[in-house]
Amino acid sequence: MRHRRRTWIPGLLLISPSLILLAVFVYGLIGWTVNLSLQDRHNARPAKGYVGLDNYTKLFTSDINDRFAHSLQNLVVFTLVFMVGTIVLGLVWALLLERRAKAEGFWRTVYLFPMAVSFVASGVVWRWLMNTGQGDDAGGINAIFHGLGLGFLESPWWTDPDWGMAAMAIPAIWQLSGYVMALFLAGFRGIPEELREAAVVDGATTFQLYRQVLFPQLTPTILSALIITGHMSMKMFDLIMSVSGAQWLTEVPAVYVWQTLLTRDYAKAAAISVFLLLIVAVVVVPYLIHVNRSEKRS
Amino acid sequence: MSTETVAAPPAAAPPRPAPAPHRGLPKPVARALRYGLLILFVLIVLMPLYVLLVTSFKSGREIGVNGQWNLPETWTFTSWEKAWTSLGPSFGRTFQLAVPVALISSLIGAANGFVLSRWRFPGADVVFTLILFGMFIPYQAVMIPLREVVLWLGIAPGIPTLIFVHTVYGIPICTLIFRNYYATIIPEELIEAGQMDGAGLLRTFRSLILPVSLPGFVVTVIWQFTSSWNDYLFAIFLSNTRNGPITIALNALAGAQSPDYAAAMAGALITSLPTLLVYVLLGRWFIGGMMAGSVKS
Repeated sequence: MRHRRRTWIPGLLLISPSLILLAVFVYGLIGWTVNLSLQDRHNARPAKGYVGLDNYTKLFTSDINDRFAHSLQNLVVFTLVFMVGTIVLGLVWALLLERRAKAEGFWRTVYLFPMAVSFVASGVVWRWLMNTGQGDDAGGINAIFHGLGLGFLESPWWTDPDWGMAAMAIPAIWQLSGYVMALFLAGFRGIPEELREAAVVDGATTFQLYRQVLFPQLTPTILSALIITGHMSMKMFDLIMSVSGAQWLTEVPAVYVWQTLLTRDYAKAAAISVFLLLIVAVVVVPYLIHVNRSEKRS
Repeated sequence: MSTETVAAPPAAAPPRPAPAPHRGLPKPVARALRYGLLILFVLIVLMPLYVLLVTSFKSGREIGVNGQWNLPETWTFTSWEKAWTSLGPSFGRTFQLAVPVALISSLIGAANGFVLSRWRFPGADVVFTLILFGMFIPYQAVMIPLREVVLWLGIAPGIPTLIFVHTVYGIPICTLIFRNYYATIIPEELIEAGQMDGAGLLRTFRSLILPVSLPGFVVTVIWQFTSSWNDYLFAIFLSNTRNGPITIALNALAGAQSPDYAAAMAGALITSLPTLLVYVLLGRWFIGGMMAGSVKS
């Protein structure tokens, strides 16, 4: 008998360099950032000592002009518009395509192509499209509205103090709706054909078919789409830097960190980063645990 | 919905999803609506591309307020030349960044994916979840000490640093892609057969697993190439216009107070060309990587 029982030690050895790297560069550095956020290192000189959670509470109580609250508010508006936009548009595209449209590959390829472009590159053209000039100075999309006599649609886009972040989400929606479409298409294709046939035989209308039979099957897909667009949105940095540059009107926490680092206020930058990490973790960790569990069940 | 209908033999079902009692829109109308919408959306999605192309062939003088959407009166390559002059060096550097990143992190991902799907150790699930979390973190949360650590490790600034960083933070997604891939294509028996030979882990991996890994590699290579090519966050924290990748150079070209839009748009096109080419030529696998991002595939 040459059959030896498999031992797991070589496997662990093979994977251990990666584990060490991730332990250091993900968890170790997060720990370092947390540690830094508890100190009073507000300039290039070393910290004098620990200040507890002061750096965090100060973000809410004594940040000039409530800058941090403002950046969170921007993030909320951006995230809501971005998530609703990508999911609605992605779902509509998937619905249009899922029943064997002619030249399906062509439509899919076009809808998905923005995903291959960097936010920095697409930011260049969206800054041009969302030109803030109006009336006779109209440029970009406003020029089209102006030319069509739809002047009331002209918009200050991202420079609007209240709803600017909604406009900032437009390029992101353009870029990622195709991705959500691809998720939904995969979801639809995963539904057994018999379910549809049974519903049709039972005399369900198209609307009932989708509403009562198909959509309930898509719950995992929708969950994935929400998690992915959600965490992307919270980390949004490149796009905003490219469209508006770092500035008050469109500041979100990810940009605020960068701006704070430029002033060498390391402890404050660390506190904002950790806060951002916590928001993402609150969403992602339960999701990962859920996926892990449902995988074990199957 | 009755279960009997599902169970009934196919012969008992009416001939095909009966088209007769159509309660929605009449068919030709529904068809026209469907393709009308598809075309409308294509036009909207392609609009930025049109603007990029048209504007990039205009000369600086033609970028006035009037006729922005028109085709150029005189087609010129001046803006492309200007853009290439400022992006050229970083274009080459970005290849030196993206190619090694794609290859190294794919190889690491393959080894990890193999272990986590077919050569598991106690606690592998927990470890896998901990690895995956690394793919979702906002990198700002590691960025401040990261600068100090790579300096302390003595890694040369600019591209070498970025290769290291993208490889490390690419491990989670590459591991995930290969783990899911191996879990679907490699039967347990194959590995057991390998063990009957007394083949060790490394030999099993090299002689049985790697030869069937090409589809996985295509997906991770494309994914890592694209994301390190398109990255701006690590680039801005860890490099500058003199030693950094093309996104930094493009932002410098396009981000000035009153940018030369024609050159900026030519630059945006130059920047996007490699990843767009990859997408057009290898679209199927490109999407494969994106789907892996949804963790469950």
